[in-house]
Amino acid sequence: MSPKLLVTSSPHLRAQGSSQGIMLDVILALIPALGAATYFFGLTVLLPLTFAVLGALAGEYGMRVLVLGRENRLADLSAIVTGLLLGMNLPPSIPLPLAFLGGAIATAFVKEVFGGLGMNFMNPAMGTRVFLFLAWPSLMTSWGPTVDGVAGATPLAILKDGEAAGQALPDLFHLFIGDRAGSLGETSVLALLLGAGYLVLRKVIRLDVPLVYLATVGLITWTFGNKTALFAGNFPVHLLSGGLILAAFFMATDYATQPVSRVGKVIFAAGLGLVTAVIRLYTNYPEGVSFAVILLNCLVPLIDRYTVPKPFGAPKAAQRA
Amino acid sequence: MFRRNLFRGGAHLPHLKTTADHPTVVMPPPNKVIIPLLQHMGVICEPTVQKGDFVQVGQIIGDSTKAMAAPVHSSVSGTVTNVDFQLWAGGIQVLTVEIETDGLQTPLKTLVPPTITNKAEFLAAVRASGLVGLGGAGFPAHVKLSPPPGAKIDTLIINAAECEPYITSDYREILENSSNLLGGIQLLMRQLGLSRCIIGIEDNKPAAIAELKKVCGRAKGVSVMPLPTRYPQGAEKMLIWATTRRSVPTGKFPSDVNVIMMNVTSVSFLAEFAKTGMPLIKKKVTVAGPCVAHPQNVEVRIGTPLKDVFAFAGGFSSQPRKVIMGGPMMGVAQHSLETAVVKHTNALLAFGSEDGELPEASACIRCGRCSDACPMSLLPLELHRAALRNNLEDLSKYGTMACMECGCCSFVCPSKIHLVQAIRLGKTQLRIAAARTLARAEGAAK
Repeated sequence: MSPKLLVTSSPHLRAQGSSQGIMLDVILALIPALGAATYFFGLTVLLPLTFAVLGALAGEYGMRVLVLGRENRLADLSAIVTGLLLGMNLPPSIPLPLAFLGGAIATAFVKEVFGGLGMNFMNPAMGTRVFLFLAWPSLMTSWGPTVDGVAGATPLAILKDGEAAGQALPDLFHLFIGDRAGSLGETSVLALLLGAGYLVLRKVIRLDVPLVYLATVGLITWTFGNKTALFAGNFPVHLLSGGLILAAFFMATDYATQPVSRVGKVIFAAGLGLVTAVIRLYTNYPEGVSFAVILLNCLVPLIDRYTVPKPFGAPKAAQRA
Repeated sequence: MFRRNLFRGGAHLPHLKTTADHPTVVMPPPNKVIIPLLQHMGVICEPTVQKGDFVQVGQIIGDSTKAMAAPVHSSVSGTVTNVDFQLWAGGIQVLTVEIETDGLQTPLKTLVPPTITNKAEFLAAVRASGLVGLGGAGFPAHVKLSPPPGAKIDTLIINAAECEPYITSDYREILENSSNLLGGIQLLMRQLGLSRCIIGIEDNKPAAIAELKKVCGRAKGVSVMPLPTRYPQGAEKMLIWATTRRSVPTGKFPSDVNVIMMNVTSVSFLAEFAKTGMPLIKKKVTVAGPCVAHPQNVEVRIGTPLKDVFAFAGGFSSQPRKVIMGGPMMGVAQHSLETAVVKHTNALLAFGSEDGELPEASACIRCGRCSDACPMSLLPLELHRAALRNNLEDLSKYGTMACMECGCCSFVCPSKIHLVQAIRLGKTQLRIAAARTLARAEGAAK
């Protein structure tokens, strides 16, 4: 009896769970927000979502398999996550070819050319949204009528320059529930928080980045949000409007495009808050979330470089190795 | 660090301590023992016997003049049939002594309890006993107990954490031999002039904690400290932190923070040796895993071939694919069942294909779970990348050498990336580079 034995390097034990499982969890966590979008904007929003996902799958397959000649990795579900997140960042009235094109750009040009899953330096959905926004500004900001027939402007646009023109802000309750103008997946704070709660319970995301991000936006908009007085800004509207909640829980927590260390993550989140608030308050754009995310994504290598954790037992003067 | 007595990071592992409630069974000596002359961290011993010699139980068969070595004794009485190199775990050729047992187990007549009246005699006795760290690392005990002259040791820490899954040999030792353990602790405290001893144990072993409190907890200066169950609680640096809040600097030793740490079974053996003078020739071994018919703790003669130990535990219930000496996190996979139990073997595990074969690795998604789990606060994903690219600058920047290879990062990785394996490679790359630099410097000096 001399069985052929396998020799491998330790450890010989692996935890349950997989990267694919994490992606599946993210997809499940988006379901409440997708449901809310369907409820508020009608079943037709499923079309741009579907086209964005199909575009993302086609983009990944095309770039990865057909152009780069690598193995097909669609089964890791990350392209579906990218497509869904992009779709949720599009206006409900987006032309379907544009949704498909966006999905394809996200996976082909923001993700796969840089090496695919985990190697992209920029959040694919956010990068693509900014591209679409700059290329087709009017299509990307035509919000169409909401359920109760209130026309077009988003709460942030009203906050920025609409109040003077006599447009009323929706009350906080409606902002929380989500029946307001906006990108199709960003409007319902309630639904997004349900999904985020699921991800926290599943230990897919940690709350440090979202909370620091939100706190920074809240603090700055409260302090400087009112042009006539300090500490009089309408920060609750800022927190509940735009793509902030969606970005804080689903984009800023994107593993590949955030710093590795705990300290780095906090710096990253505070930077997101700062840039978002500054764009909202001091530029011509009402919303700054996507710009903030891609800008901070670009700073991640720099943050990583200065936030390498000190190994346990290393001397104070960070002498390593 | 929000919970008391808990180090940073680590992982929750399945306990799988299936053998905890089985009293240890003594295995009779096998027909043949294979005793390697390297059973410790350090320098291999020179054989002191040759083919054809008759040896008795407890007789020295290998010794060294070097400090970092512990003598090796015969665990049986019989005839030396071979002294030759054999392929051993880890892919190294090790000089081994094969002895055919005569079945009489005649002890060496000259073995008497050691006279210990001062520290020098004590250390000589420890060396003569052949004791090495029985927790798994096999560090020669007399070296550990002789800290550098400057060290002001104030605390003895007894490692009873036994944090690896499956292993229960220390646990059984506590339950079955607690009076020896107390004797060993008191011997150590007396000889080393220590007034404080802390026994660190994971809180998933209530029976052992109760026994320790009953037998050892009342002794002067000795306290039992239950600790949260989280791997690697039994790692030297983690346990020192948990029990004393002292952190051992990178590349330094426990004596640098004024502590000495000993494994429970090592300590209890010392008391036994002081009573009988019989050196380290047997070891309690947990034989377990999904392929073992009757998982249990077996007291085995050192040098007993693995195939005989498994046969004693009822053989295999299904075909094993991987056999591990030690725990599933840090144990060494064996290439053959012809290797044998050594001094610091604490477990023999047999896994089938399902548990033995490792999953395919997929792309790193940079989730950061590896760095969250790293008890040493390293960034395993960066070490992995640097090692695969042979990037020496990054390997040293990210503190590769601080890695203790506990395996937490590989365990938690959702992409099943072989992180520890890559980090080992990185360590080797750094060692080679350091050796080259040294050689070049020496060449220049000439």
